[in-house]
Amino acid sequence: MYTQALNTVSEGPADQSPEATRFQAHVDAEQKIEPNDWMPDAYRRTLVRQISQHAHSEIVGMLPEGNWITRAPSLKRKVALLAKVQDEGGHGLYLYAAAETLDVSREELIEQLLSGKAKYSSIFNYPTLTWADIGAIGWLVDGAAIMNQIPLCRCSYGPYARAMIRICKEESFHQRQGYEIMLTLSRGTAEQKAMAQDALNRWWWPCLMMFGPPDGESQHSDQSTRWKIKRFSNDDLRQKFIDATVPQAHYLGLTIPDKELALDEASGHWKIGPIDWAEFKRVLSGGGPCNRERMRVRRKAHENGAWVRAAALAYAEKRRARRDAMKVAAE
Amino acid sequence: MATTTISFAETPLLNLVLRRADDALILGHHLSEWCGHAPMVEEDIALANIALDLIGQSRSLYDYAAQVEGSGLTEDHFAYRREQHQYRNCLLVEQPNGDFAATIVRQVLFSTFMDLYWREMMSSRDSTLAAIAAKAEKETAYHIRHSAEWLIRLGDGTDESHARAQAALDELWAFTGELFEVDAVERSLIDAGIAPDAGALRDRWHERIAPILREATLNIPSAPFMQSGGRSGRHGEHLGYILADLQYLQRAHPEAVW
Repeated sequence: MYTQALNTVSEGPADQSPEATRFQAHVDAEQKIEPNDWMPDAYRRTLVRQISQHAHSEIVGMLPEGNWITRAPSLKRKVALLAKVQDEGGHGLYLYAAAETLDVSREELIEQLLSGKAKYSSIFNYPTLTWADIGAIGWLVDGAAIMNQIPLCRCSYGPYARAMIRICKEESFHQRQGYEIMLTLSRGTAEQKAMAQDALNRWWWPCLMMFGPPDGESQHSDQSTRWKIKRFSNDDLRQKFIDATVPQAHYLGLTIPDKELALDEASGHWKIGPIDWAEFKRVLSGGGPCNRERMRVRRKAHENGAWVRAAALAYAEKRRARRDAMKVAAE
Repeated sequence: MATTTISFAETPLLNLVLRRADDALILGHHLSEWCGHAPMVEEDIALANIALDLIGQSRSLYDYAAQVEGSGLTEDHFAYRREQHQYRNCLLVEQPNGDFAATIVRQVLFSTFMDLYWREMMSSRDSTLAAIAAKAEKETAYHIRHSAEWLIRLGDGTDESHARAQAALDELWAFTGELFEVDAVERSLIDAGIAPDAGALRDRWHERIAPILREATLNIPSAPFMQSGGRSGRHGEHLGYILADLQYLQRAHPEAVW
């Protein structure tokens, strides 16, 4: 799963030093920056922020879908969902490891998440109310994530780009799984079809918000674009997602919850009605339906696990001490 | 109103298959509850992995159960359309997750038994069961490795983790006796070379458990009373809640295909 369009803080005037010039030339030549290469501090900070937000999103994203693992309606669906949520944990781990190549520890990053300092994708602050939500998340949320993440496979920072290649492969599998759930529901009983429509109604607009604010209001993309971290604008990616998704909804026989939705014959693009950016801002700043719940659950898991992590450390320390003692005895 | 519960003739072979399948499903279900709530991401992933193995084993077994039963039932009928008293799992696997120590102790106790059981089952005269056992044994060997390593860390970690691990062991030990029970149903299959004799595995199980507990600096509890009843459908209070979660959608929409 994914993090929403990450608009980083402005980082001041551009660095003119010889290292910075070489760095930019390297990036311009589409060569990868690796952990031991010189990089501007702002580049490092931007990446740590973006990669860790992405990792946090994967971890928090396990909760809304995890909500249906024990209630999945068949054994086949249960193993598929469990494997998917497990994949997300794997993505989180992968991304924390990529962030760690930038001289920051996983513990620090998790602390930032739990203290509320770091953000994660707002989409996970919406609840999963029915089984159809599992289909809708795979189809729409993972679908939007893929649109955002495919360009990141070419990101200038090597470890992040490589992590994204694997993550995108798995996301694309999740997206197909989600669509297949929606297809089964929309070909099913009247109740199942209603369930599918209701899920689409609730997830459509928040998914469009995943691409971030409109280009005119997005203040920080320029620097990220120069660094080849970001390659397409929020609006371009959003439009790409809409154009891909509307025909899929039609195939399902479901209605996109937007009365103004219309195909613009001239451009070939689907035009949508206005997005409620007030809702986006509200959820981003903590006012979504599940913000508190998600953080409460993450903090609880972390606190409940503290004695386990302490035990693992204490045991490793004892083993080391015993090994050292044996070495001394042998000498 | 028609019931959505299935009824079928429970032959000895079907009963045996369901005992193994239900153990795997119920324990897999419990482990899946950890996903997103474990002490560290590595454990979210590892516990989900074990859950996936177990649910996978249950599917192969339910599939075989359906074949044995022969009236067109499917794996999902066995999982989603039986009442609590029709479930044949042992009481150990339905015990709640508790803290991480309880989950790990439950896993060590169960997996060490199952590994021995699957090894014996690999030479069953029933070729399907032998094949399922061969695959399951490989997975179970990994489950032992994972859970025994954790039990040693917890037992020999901090005072708190030691106390929690010992408390979990004391609590769960009373459910180990049932693993070795052999009733008349199983006796006929043991005699026919189809099922392993669980009763004969007790000593070997002790031999495997004892060194793990010793390294974990934990004491083998004395449990004068062993609990049992799961194999004949007399369960504790926890199973009802598991099934309420597990079966809710299938029971609410009996006509639907998912």
